[in-house]
Amino acid sequence: MTAQPTGIATYNFAYLDDQTKRMIRRAILKGIAIPGYQVPFASREMPMPYGWGTGGVQVTASIIGPDDVLKVIDQGADDTTNAVSIRAFFKKVAKVAVTTETAKATIIQSRHRIPEHPLTAAQVLVFQVPIPEPLRFLEPRETETRKMHALEEYGLMHVKLYEDIARHGRIATTYAYPVKVEGRYVMDPSPTPKFDNPKMHCSPALQLFGAGREKRIYAVPPFTDVVSLDFEDHPFEVQTFDQPCALCGAENVYLDEVILDDHGGHMFVCSDTDHCEKRRGDSTSPSWGGRAEGAGGSGLATTPATSTPALRADPPHEGEGKEAE
Amino acid sequence: MYVAVKGGETAIANAHRLLADRRRGDRSVPALRLDQIVEQLALGVDRVMSEGSLYDRELAALAVVQARGDMIEAIFLVRAYRTTLPRFGYTNPVDTGAMQVERRISATYKDLPGGQVLGPTFDYTHRLLDPELAACAEVEMPAQRPVEPEAMPRVSAILAHEGLIEADGEMPLDHVPGDITREPLQFPMARDIRLQALSRGDEGFLLALGYSTQRGYARNHPFVGEIRIGEVELELDVPELPFAVPLGSIRVTECQMVNQFKGSAKAPPQFTRGYGLVFGQSERKAMAMALCDRALRASELGEDVVAAAQDEEFVISHSDNVQATGFVEHLKLPHYVDFQAELGLVRRMRAEYEARQNEDKAEDKREAAE
Repeated sequence: MTAQPTGIATYNFAYLDDQTKRMIRRAILKGIAIPGYQVPFASREMPMPYGWGTGGVQVTASIIGPDDVLKVIDQGADDTTNAVSIRAFFKKVAKVAVTTETAKATIIQSRHRIPEHPLTAAQVLVFQVPIPEPLRFLEPRETETRKMHALEEYGLMHVKLYEDIARHGRIATTYAYPVKVEGRYVMDPSPTPKFDNPKMHCSPALQLFGAGREKRIYAVPPFTDVVSLDFEDHPFEVQTFDQPCALCGAENVYLDEVILDDHGGHMFVCSDTDHCEKRRGDSTSPSWGGRAEGAGGSGLATTPATSTPALRADPPHEGEGKEAE
Repeated sequence: MYVAVKGGETAIANAHRLLADRRRGDRSVPALRLDQIVEQLALGVDRVMSEGSLYDRELAALAVVQARGDMIEAIFLVRAYRTTLPRFGYTNPVDTGAMQVERRISATYKDLPGGQVLGPTFDYTHRLLDPELAACAEVEMPAQRPVEPEAMPRVSAILAHEGLIEADGEMPLDHVPGDITREPLQFPMARDIRLQALSRGDEGFLLALGYSTQRGYARNHPFVGEIRIGEVELELDVPELPFAVPLGSIRVTECQMVNQFKGSAKAPPQFTRGYGLVFGQSERKAMAMALCDRALRASELGEDVVAAAQDEEFVISHSDNVQATGFVEHLKLPHYVDFQAELGLVRRMRAEYEARQNEDKAEDKREAAE
């Protein structure tokens, strides 16, 4: 991304040239007009590899303005390498303010999670999507799946879910759980855990989905019905964790399992790092001493799980949160 | 431990600093200059230009150095740069019949107008490592011949006189050639779009698919009608001027494959064509492209689609190495949120399975006791 010393290579605001942005904005508008419909667009090569968020980056680059405040998360966390890399990219090519705080961001680009903090109508959530076609693993051909969407022919998907129940006693899809948008298109919510599906329903925030390699954009406008597919006798349910976050004590949030040693010792912590830090910083929330779940030998009991919060007390992105203010 | 799973800005910066160091290598060895790469690793540069879809030797050479010689990474660098360039217009179709030919061979005719010209080829070299190259020995100047006044007609044109080969194919007058860099790929696609995708497709992938057609997976009896390598003129129509403006010349490799065809309900028995055209000098790529092009014409010619090489969605969706490498390598990114979801499910299903096993065992025991 560095401009060449000869000065022959220069880049536009937010990297993409204006013609490209216009093309992408048109695709976005079409996507908003037809909720859940996958709009083909002439995806560009981006300076990061396909499969690493190029779709989300193109959508963000097309909607971002100089006054926007950007938050980028990967797996719920602001400080995973790829989130750091994408945030640095926009800091460099668009010089926008960035933040890790969900409430302060105007645009949130995410891979695999929806923040725990409720979103508002002033925010846009941009998803990075690897395989936009919910029917792809049932039917590999694009020509066929497009026809199936056109005819609203979703029997195959219901049969798949039914077979899951027949074989495993439950629907064995835990992430990228298919949803029906506004009663019409079956849509892949990107590989977010199904835990996050209910957050998409009637969300006040605009939700945009970009798949760069597969060249598709789709959208869920604010306050749109997003219903996870299920059966009357097997209603959709989200994952539950039988313990709260070991760091902040939050319940009813999505947790990551952190391995503590090689004896099977592990603990569960918030996947949404900003949410977790907020709760720990807020003295009014019930504090939680930290808790480790030991499956291994007796040596495990001494694992100082409580020391981990101390490590994490330092803000991992020094100064970044401040720029947004 | 928790922190160790997550990366940070410092870690990334340090990693890239180390990369720059490794790229430079031993500082006592002189650094490579771009002109050395352009001149002495020319075919590598050609591949980067061809699959990077940008005809610029210097930028391709820069990409090769920056990528430490990793060709797909270099192609990626070039693509990510070219995609930001403005589009001024489209040149007129290139006339490869008027090429300044450096190499031209035909496997279908022993002699033909313009003759066979071997040019700078690896063919018929014995693949013996040459220690003299390591010693940087002087290289003698090439033999020269006077410029041929005779035109070099394409072999396809020679066959066409007899009516034995299918015509070039007519496009409707209002057909505007597609541009895969500006419009999304949609299936099924017209041949012009398909050829563009093949021309920037991965050499190894197309080579393997072309090879598979020779081994019987959609065999189409190919002959190399002609391969020619040389310089062609580019011309651009400018609205204000009554003539086309020459932009310069580029080096290309063209392969016309001639394929036997027994005829079908859709087409009479005749020779059919597969076509390959790539930037620079790359016969292997042009030939593989021509084999794939012909295989992909199966439905147009009324042949049964029985093999991977004939399947347009399969071939074109997977031929782009920048897309392929990105998606394969994205598996390195953290997936612990989805993995966690799967872990929970497998644990639950496993617990149920074991409970069932125990129940069965208890039942077996009871039955045995009875």
